Amino acid sequence: MEFKDYYKVMGVARDATEAQIKQAYRKLARKYHPDVSKEKDAEARFKEVGEAYEVLKSPEKRAAYDQLGKDYRPGQDFRPPPNWDQGFEFSGAGPGDPAYSDFFDALFGAQARSRRGRGDDSHPGRGEDHHAKVLLDLDASLNGGARSFTLRMPEIDAEGRLASKERTLNVQVPKGILAGQQIRLAGQGGGAHGNGTPGDLYIEVEFAPHPLYRLDGRDLSLELPVAPWEAALGATVKTPTPTGTVELKIPAGSHAGSKLRLKGRGIPATPPGDFYVVLQIALPPANDEKAKAAYAAMAGAVPFNPRASLGV
Amino acid sequence: MSPSDDQALPGTIFDDSAILSIKDLSRMCAVDERHIVEFVEEGVLSVVNVRSEWHFTGDALRRARLAVRLERDLELNLPGVALAVELLEELAQLRRQLEARGK
Repeated sequence: MEFKDYYKVMGVARDATEAQIKQAYRKLARKYHPDVSKEKDAEARFKEVGEAYEVLKSPEKRAAYDQLGKDYRPGQDFRPPPNWDQGFEFSGAGPGDPAYSDFFDALFGAQARSRRGRGDDSHPGRGEDHHAKVLLDLDASLNGGARSFTLRMPEIDAEGRLASKERTLNVQVPKGILAGQQIRLAGQGGGAHGNGTPGDLYIEVEFAPHPLYRLDGRDLSLELPVAPWEAALGATVKTPTPTGTVELKIPAGSHAGSKLRLKGRGIPATPPGDFYVVLQIALPPANDEKAKAAYAAMAGAVPFNPRASLGV
Repeated sequence: MSPSDDQALPGTIFDDSAILSIKDLSRMCAVDERHIVEFVEEGVLSVVNVRSEWHFTGDALRRARLAVRLERDLELNLPGVALAVELLEELAQLRRQLEARGK
């Protein structure tokens, strides 16, 4: 086990005051809080900072740590002396969901862990609810269907240590689920205590970008390329939608950015979202004599200044 | 990877289907009921009245848990929590839009 330098983690001097430690914690907590931060290793850093703060904010723990840390350097192999913590009194519980290092466990394990794993006082037998986030493909919501998720769950092992356990769940994704919503899996949370019921698992969903459709809440949109004459004269063109290819009528006089709505063809939620087709004008290349002649004829026949709105 | 449908665990959309009592919500967030009332008063959570009793929809669970975490970990006060929850939701919304556009 490596010795952890909690002062270094918090970026404070060894003789920092309580106020300085608190200030450093708040700053780091805001930076690395998993709900706020987009830093890659935010969760790990936040836990590390939380662990350091847990020790340094408490005069008893800090004194015990300082006493012990006198002869150690960070990273050095560390073994706590037997009964080293005698004579120190510990109070208070750790942050709500600690996953502290082995180092912390070796020092303060029994005290800090004592409130975990008991479940919930008001429902003694019920297992804890678990929460997770997953990234889904949009088709799972459009069509429903089974998907496999691998979740990492912290678990308390037989010795009271916190360990991470992987499990793969095969889940029937409910059709019409929206980004940010939660799938509830009854009984898939923490194990029951005694004769109680196990907790539930809540999976919050986000979607990976779809190659064709853009998601906005329950609505979907598609950028559909059309030829200039299809937009100008009107046409019926094939367009993909989540429920299959449809024939879409482009009204005459459409332009780039025209938005056509197909009601109820978005995410099949309750109520269902809409499907928007946004027109893009694709120009045919002028790479042969015939095409060039057609452009030239149009230039001659149609007085048109595309820059009129710029005043030139 | 698309495993077969028949052996999959049935999932339900919690946000739409669930109606939670204040007791449910306080148990699920491991805070007392008075604290849930404070969240409602501060506008962090909105209530649905069923026969003149307070109820919550499933998405209140996500918001309430977020609020509890922010309050605890960042030592925020209630107005701070309410502001942070609102801003974080707006941020998530904008990030989704940005991601959808950025393909």
